[in-house]
Amino acid sequence: MVIKLDGVEKTLGGQAVLKGVTLDIPKGKITTIIGPSGEGKSVMLKHIIGLIRPDRGRVIIDGTDLTQINEQELNDIRKKFAMLFQSAALFDSMNVFDNVAFPLREKRIMAEQEICRWVPEMLERVGLDKMGHKFPAELSGGMKKRAGLARALVMGPEIILFDEPTTGLDPLMAHAIHDLILAMHKTFGFTGIMVSHEIPEIFPISDWVAMLKNGQIIAMSPSDEFQQTSNPVVREFISVNNGLHLAQA
Amino acid sequence: MIFLQHIGKRTLFLIEEMGAMFVFLIRTFGWLFRPPVRIAQIIKQMHFVGFKSSFVVILTALFTGMVLALQGYYSLRKFGSEGLLGSAVAISMIRELGPVLASLMVTARAGSAMTAEIGIMRITEQIDALETMAINSLQYLITPKVVASLLSVPLLVAMFDVVGIWGGYLVGVKLLGVSGGSYWSSIESAVEWKDVYGGILKSVSFGLIISWVCCYKGYYTRMSAEGLGKATTESVVLAAVLILVWDYFLTSVLM
Repeated sequence: MVIKLDGVEKTLGGQAVLKGVTLDIPKGKITTIIGPSGEGKSVMLKHIIGLIRPDRGRVIIDGTDLTQINEQELNDIRKKFAMLFQSAALFDSMNVFDNVAFPLREKRIMAEQEICRWVPEMLERVGLDKMGHKFPAELSGGMKKRAGLARALVMGPEIILFDEPTTGLDPLMAHAIHDLILAMHKTFGFTGIMVSHEIPEIFPISDWVAMLKNGQIIAMSPSDEFQQTSNPVVREFISVNNGLHLAQA
Repeated sequence: MIFLQHIGKRTLFLIEEMGAMFVFLIRTFGWLFRPPVRIAQIIKQMHFVGFKSSFVVILTALFTGMVLALQGYYSLRKFGSEGLLGSAVAISMIRELGPVLASLMVTARAGSAMTAEIGIMRITEQIDALETMAINSLQYLITPKVVASLLSVPLLVAMFDVVGIWGGYLVGVKLLGVSGGSYWSSIESAVEWKDVYGGILKSVSFGLIISWVCCYKGYYTRMSAEGLGKATTESVVLAAVLILVWDYFLTSVLM
C-alpha cells in the first residue's frame, strides 16, 4: 500500500467531521471516494496531502507518518503529489501556459527551452493546444479543469488527488473529463484518489471505490464488486444517485 | 452572567488572534532569509506598493503642506514669527505627518489590495495549490510583500516630506508673502539628523505593520465573499489604529 489512513479523526468548527477513518489506497490504481455532501471527503483528501493535520490517527505515505514530520519533510513528501482542485485553483494572474509551467520553473528542474517544448505538449494531451495564452477568467469550466489536470501532470507525480473534478460541468463535459483522467492514468500510471458524486460515471474509471459516511469508511471494494454490494446504505446511495443521473440525462 | 460570558469569549478570541498574528509574523521572518530570494516578485510588489501609491501620496502631501502653512502662518503671525514657518512645516512633516499620513494612504490603497488579493487566493484554493506543489505560501506570497513594504514606505515618506515642504513653500512664500530665504534657512537651522532618523525609523516600522496586518487578514480570511469584505475592512482599520498607537510609543521613545 502506498497510502494508509489509520483512525484519522478531525473536528472542524466544533463539529466532528472525520471519526476514525481507516483506509488503504492501492498503488497505481484509481480509488474513488463517494459519499453524501458535507461528510468530509475533501477534508480527508486534504489530510492525505498534509494540508490539514488530524486531531488523532495517522496518515502514512510510503511508510512515512505525516503527523510526525516537520514542514521541510512534508514538502519532500509533497513532491510525489499533485492535486486537481474542485475549482481547478489556477493562478488567475497567469495565463494557462505559465500556470502549467509554474511548478517546473519553481522547482528549476527544466531549462526554459525544455519548458517551452514540454508545456505545449502537455496542453495538447489535455485538449488545450493553442490555448496557452488565455487567462483562467477566459476559460470555460471544462477548460479550467483540463488546464488544472495539465498542471497536475506536468511534474510526473506518483500520486494525484482529484477533488470532485467534474463538479459544475454538464454531463457531456463531465464524461470527457473522466475519459481524460482514465487516458492520462493509462499513460502515466499514477496512483489516483478521486472524490466524486458522479454515479454511475465513476465506476468504469475507478479500480476501487470506497464510501465515506458519518465520518467513517463504511465500504471499500473493487469497482465492479462495489456496484453489486449488499450493504443497504451503499445500495441506497447508489440507487438514489443513479436516479438523479437518469433524471439529469 | 451571559454578559460576562460574552466578555470572556471576546477576550479569549482577541488573545488567540494576537497570538496567531505574532506566530504569522515570526514564521514570515523565518522564511524571509531562506533561499530562493524572489527578486522579480519583490520588484513587482515594490511597483505596486511604492510606485503606484506615489500619485496619491504626492497629492496628499501637497495639500497637507499647504494647509499646514496656512494654519501655521496665521498662528505665527500673532507672535510676529512668520519667519519660522518653514521650520514649523518641515518638522511637523518629517517627524509626524509624513510617516503617519503616507502610511495611512499606503494602508488604504495597497494594504487593502494585499488583503483582497491574498484572500481571493485563499478562497479559490490557490494558496492550497501552492502548498500541494511543495511551495511555501508564506515565502512565495507574503515575504515579497513584506520586503517591498519595508523598502517602499520609507521612500514614499521621503517623497511626502519633500512635496509637503514644497506645498508649504507655495502657500507661505508665494501666496502669503513670507520671505523665501527665511523659509528655507529656518528649515536648515531647525531640522536635525535625529528628526530625519526618527522619521525613517517610523516609516520602516509602519511598512512592517501594513504588510503584516494586511497579509495576515487576507491569509486567514473566512471562506466567503462576506468574509473577504470583512477581512479587508478589518485589515485597514487595524493597520491604521496600530500605526497611530505605535507612532505614539515610538515618538515618546525618540523624544
